[in-house]
Amino acid sequence: MKHLLSTKDLTTDDVVALLHTADHMSEISNRPQPKVPALRGHTVASVFFEDSTRTRLSFETAAKRLSADTMTFSASSSSVNKGESLRDTIETLTAMGVGTFVVRHKSSGVPQQITQWTSASVINAGDGWHQHPTQALLDAYTITREFNSPESLEGRTIAIVGDIKHSRVARSNIDVFTKLGANVILVAPDTLLPNDISTWPVGTSAGIDEVLEDVDVLYMLRMQRERMDTALIPGLGEYVSRFSLTEKRAERLAPHALVMHPGPINRGVEITVDPSDLPGSRILQQVTNGVAVRMAVLFTILGGEATATLSQGVEA
Amino acid sequence: MSSTQSIVVRGATLVNPDGLSSADVLIADGLIAAIGTGLQADIVIDATDCYISSGFVDLHTHLREPGKEEAETIETGCRAAALGGFTAVVAMPNTDPAQDSVLVVRFVREKGVEAGLCEVLPSGCITMGRLGETLAPYGALADEGVHIFTDDGNGVQDPLVMRRALEYSRQLGVTLAQHCEVARLTEGAVMHEGSCCSSMGVPGWPAIAEELMLHRDIELVRLTGAPMHFLHLSTAGSVELVRRAKADGLPVTAEVTPHHLALQDELLRGFDPVFKVNPPLRTPEDIAALKTGLLDGTIDAVATDHAPHAAHTKEQPLDTAPPGMLGLETALGVLNTVVDIDVQRIVEVLSWNPARIAGVADHQGRPVAVGEPAHLAIFNLASSWTVSRDALASKSKNTPYHGMNLRGRVLHTIYNGQLVVQEGVALR
Repeated sequence: MKHLLSTKDLTTDDVVALLHTADHMSEISNRPQPKVPALRGHTVASVFFEDSTRTRLSFETAAKRLSADTMTFSASSSSVNKGESLRDTIETLTAMGVGTFVVRHKSSGVPQQITQWTSASVINAGDGWHQHPTQALLDAYTITREFNSPESLEGRTIAIVGDIKHSRVARSNIDVFTKLGANVILVAPDTLLPNDISTWPVGTSAGIDEVLEDVDVLYMLRMQRERMDTALIPGLGEYVSRFSLTEKRAERLAPHALVMHPGPINRGVEITVDPSDLPGSRILQQVTNGVAVRMAVLFTILGGEATATLSQGVEA
Repeated sequence: MSSTQSIVVRGATLVNPDGLSSADVLIADGLIAAIGTGLQADIVIDATDCYISSGFVDLHTHLREPGKEEAETIETGCRAAALGGFTAVVAMPNTDPAQDSVLVVRFVREKGVEAGLCEVLPSGCITMGRLGETLAPYGALADEGVHIFTDDGNGVQDPLVMRRALEYSRQLGVTLAQHCEVARLTEGAVMHEGSCCSSMGVPGWPAIAEELMLHRDIELVRLTGAPMHFLHLSTAGSVELVRRAKADGLPVTAEVTPHHLALQDELLRGFDPVFKVNPPLRTPEDIAALKTGLLDGTIDAVATDHAPHAAHTKEQPLDTAPPGMLGLETALGVLNTVVDIDVQRIVEVLSWNPARIAGVADHQGRPVAVGEPAHLAIFNLASSWTVSRDALASKSKNTPYHGMNLRGRVLHTIYNGQLVVQEGVALR
């Protein structure tokens, strides 16, 4: 695998293999000294044209646990503010010997566009409303490990609730969950669904109340307050009444059901109960697993063939 | 080359409204001097297997000068036009400054004369600065020879302004041309709103945004009686609206671009901004309806919407890159390759009809006949060629057809009795 741009480029086997590699990485992460030399000498640059501290730190932690050198490029404090073009930025960093770019951008498609200007690998860390592949992989990892079914999500029902239209997380998660055999239901007002999803392998529902009892996983998306300004929803009050996870609604979930969220949570909007009071909440586990999954992605892309290196690392 | 040199075109098939015929065509002193056999001249062009027709007239060209000379100049744009068989182009007014004053219009026209490659017909703005607020001085601009008025790139949003523009322009004998787009419905839009944009996660440009304004303006034409031309139709619904307006006898005309006949929204899947254009590439169903409309006469003209952009401005994220693609040098080839169309209809939609809409039918889009002005295109519809962005005359390289095989090519162009393109090479 040269790049990770979109979950659409992954086969089911690719996904399963990445999740298995993540198991190794979890084991490494749980050691007293969570560090192996697998990627020593590689340089990983996190190039964040849009701020996202948690995703960036997760990737950088992953790279460091594999002994890669890391550098950070953030648009707010860089030459981009002086009008430097995307192409010039990437070509400049490539000239410094960067082997892998981890890219976040507010515009859909930028990680893919960047591949034409560099020989380095590109990992999509979230682009516009398009894709967030490592989020989907870490979510799939979390669910499969919780349910102790590492190869498949066959027979599981996952509801994704909220603003699907503007969500890169939803697009990637739908791909990965359905590749693993899950039944995915999108729970959103029509105005927050993409214009045409007739070919998507999903069901839809007009309110959270209709799905609560049936789901194995309730996946809540962040609801941005500014969506009201463009007449997408009448108001947050109405949104909460139809789509928010309240205490009462949480009581209706099956005992084994998981509650997940990509963060950061908009408390009082999509979740009006304290997540730490929810026994099914795996929101912090997602963050923990994020590091292991990103280690797996970096290792697969940068050192994919050299599995021996990993074993050495594990023994080291 | 002196203007006194005569030219004879040998062996071509003449394309005229009353039919096809074979003869030699002699051009001297800017006119077609004789048609017959055994004619002699200073320059002899062997046009066996070629057609000869009136030169093409593009209703929709962005020459970018003044203001964006890094993308195109009037000279480089005219060279691209001549290579595409065009002997006249309507220069769109979204220059900087915009073409809303006599001064700018005169500048554009004179630069065109200087280039000497084709006739440059400056259009005027509908509103000052294309801001949609106050009317441009149609009378003064009409006196300068401006016939087409448009805010192209922007639709005129305010129905009151549009109504007044039609009423005021009516007695001047000019034509308003609308870029149909309800801006409120396309804020941030990047590509056609449909399944493709839904999975790509980019804001969609819905068909209804074009059709609503088209519908409004058809009703304003019905109210005012003023003629109106509709730029770059892109949807099946638009074709049907124009078809009905024409059936009602309204004085409306419409154009379609080669790219809306040839390319679909799926091409944007790779996020390449070269395929970003406004209005956006649509679906196979829209393409089929546009072809039908072109062949049944609903759509009067094929116009390029030639829109050069410097490479660095296109090398941006898809949502911030400017819309637009090159079109002059590939228009005939694309049209002939993707539409099952006969040669007379080709010339009708590329020359005769647009010349009439642009108000230059007294000297452009004329029959190939003795005594007519010698603005001529000589082209072969059977020969295939591969488009290379590096071989184009335009200053920019944003052609969506790079690497594509096209059937049909302009070999020679005669403008004002002078050979400006010979064997596919510009002579000036």
